[in-house]
Amino acid sequence: MRRFPVWSWIWFIIGVLYFFIPLIATVEFSLRMIKDTYSFEAYRVAFQDPQFFRSFGYSLLWATLTIVISLLLVVPTAYWVQLRLPKVRPYVEFVTLMPFVVPAVVLTFGLIRLYGRPPLVLTTTPAALIAGYVVLSLPYMYRSVDSGLRAVDIRTLTEAAQSLGASWGTILKDVVFPNLRVALLSGIFLTFAIVMGEFTFAALLQWPAFGPYMEEIGAMRAYTPQAVSVMSFLITWGSIMLIQWLGRGARGAQVQVGGAR
Amino acid sequence: MAVERTPRADAGSRQDQGDAPRARPPRKSRSWAWVGVAPFFLFALLFLVFPSLSIFVRSFEGPGGTWTFQNILDLFQKSDIRNAYKLSLQISVATALGGALFGFLLAYAVTIGGLPKAVRNFMLTFSGVASNFAGVPLAFAFIATMGNAGLVTRLIESATGIDIHAGGFTIYSFWGLSIVYMYFQFPLMVLIMAPALDGLRREWKEACENLGGSTLDYWRHVALPILAPTLLGTSILLFGNAFGAYATAYAFTGSFLNLVPIVIGAQIQGDVLYNPGLGNAMALGMIVIMSLVMVIYMWSQRRAARWLR
Repeated sequence: MRRFPVWSWIWFIIGVLYFFIPLIATVEFSLRMIKDTYSFEAYRVAFQDPQFFRSFGYSLLWATLTIVISLLLVVPTAYWVQLRLPKVRPYVEFVTLMPFVVPAVVLTFGLIRLYGRPPLVLTTTPAALIAGYVVLSLPYMYRSVDSGLRAVDIRTLTEAAQSLGASWGTILKDVVFPNLRVALLSGIFLTFAIVMGEFTFAALLQWPAFGPYMEEIGAMRAYTPQAVSVMSFLITWGSIMLIQWLGRGARGAQVQVGGAR
Repeated sequence: MAVERTPRADAGSRQDQGDAPRARPPRKSRSWAWVGVAPFFLFALLFLVFPSLSIFVRSFEGPGGTWTFQNILDLFQKSDIRNAYKLSLQISVATALGGALFGFLLAYAVTIGGLPKAVRNFMLTFSGVASNFAGVPLAFAFIATMGNAGLVTRLIESATGIDIHAGGFTIYSFWGLSIVYMYFQFPLMVLIMAPALDGLRREWKEACENLGGSTLDYWRHVALPILAPTLLGTSILLFGNAFGAYATAYAFTGSFLNLVPIVIGAQIQGDVLYNPGLGNAMALGMIVIMSLVMVIYMWSQRRAARWLR
């Protein structure tokens, strides 16, 4: 008979408290705008600010562009590496780990210094911002697509499709894509969650986005920043819960090494 | 027929075809295959390699475009820059060690510590979410928790009558920020340690017991040496995680704490160091430290793969 694991329960309870107290505190704080009573006043105030919708809309736009470009870069590359160029794999993996070596603030610094002056000026267009976001998404996107490709033995499937006379377009549309659906959705939602709350690139490259907006109202007001934070939580947590739910059949926990924020 | 099967299909090798004839002869010329990965590497070159190289080159640029080593020397000699690095290193070491220790205990508790399976799934799901949770909202969450009017601050005050902010104490400090960083540090440790602890085989413990070893002997001579590379690798990863964090620190303390990323951020917004070359050198210092982190991490991963898979 095993004895009751007292210490295990103690560590677990401390862990749960660490997880939840800040979340509960934020929700509680956001409800306290009117003195001595709980209300949704802070949320009402937050929604009245046109800047809220404007910055949120911009972040949605950046997230969409990032996802599209990241998919276009990563999916063909991962597929091609798996199929034809296994020797290149270490180099691709090295590139996907680079965002960890070059933190966001350093990369922004480099981008501004390099593309902020002729011959190639990108900082006046959102190109530098989107490029930064794509770099940020690379580890996540590549890992999920690559593990998706490995899981279904895409090589054999491709060869089977080829021997049945399928064209490349048909192979991509009817063979590769349906098998990668879960992997792609994971990458997409994680990228979405990251870009929606991202602060560093947008603030330093001076583009309107949800992250800098949150920081801005945090410096000016009380209660509404927490209300907006709660909404931001819901986006992040919703996306990641969805990914975990999508990936529930998969073996082993996937640990993502991304860039620091 | 004796066919050697590797557990993972090696993408590079030909599949076993048995007696079946080849569907079509292998193509002779493969020299154009690299075109498929060209856009990816072009992107990496333009937006990762060139910016990093430009930081490297400009670190050696003195006033008026001359070449100099002075910026690199200044990193070690100028006291405010040295202090920024010191503070960044301290906070990264503190939260890496704290996160690693607590994360290990939690991972132990939910894997082999005898807790129900549901508890384990709950903890791993939550760790997955929390390790990805950083930046402005996290900073605000902790302001609402332990700030002047925060929930915990008020609870402590109503329970004991002590205002933790009285007497000059502030949460917008080294320890306050450490507590915030811990929120994304220890869940990452849980995520990486849990599979490693699962990889410890029961036979190893039984073998140790059969040889007369105690639980302490097992941990000292068997389990910890096997886990050591994973422990080291993850701790160093946590270190890098804290070292590169900008948004969380900025939203939590403003430019109150002179961390390296904060100084670089300020340097971007306006030449606060009054020396563009020095700003590049600071950024270069960060890249160098993060590269070291990555090298140690990859080395430890290779070591860890010997026993755990």
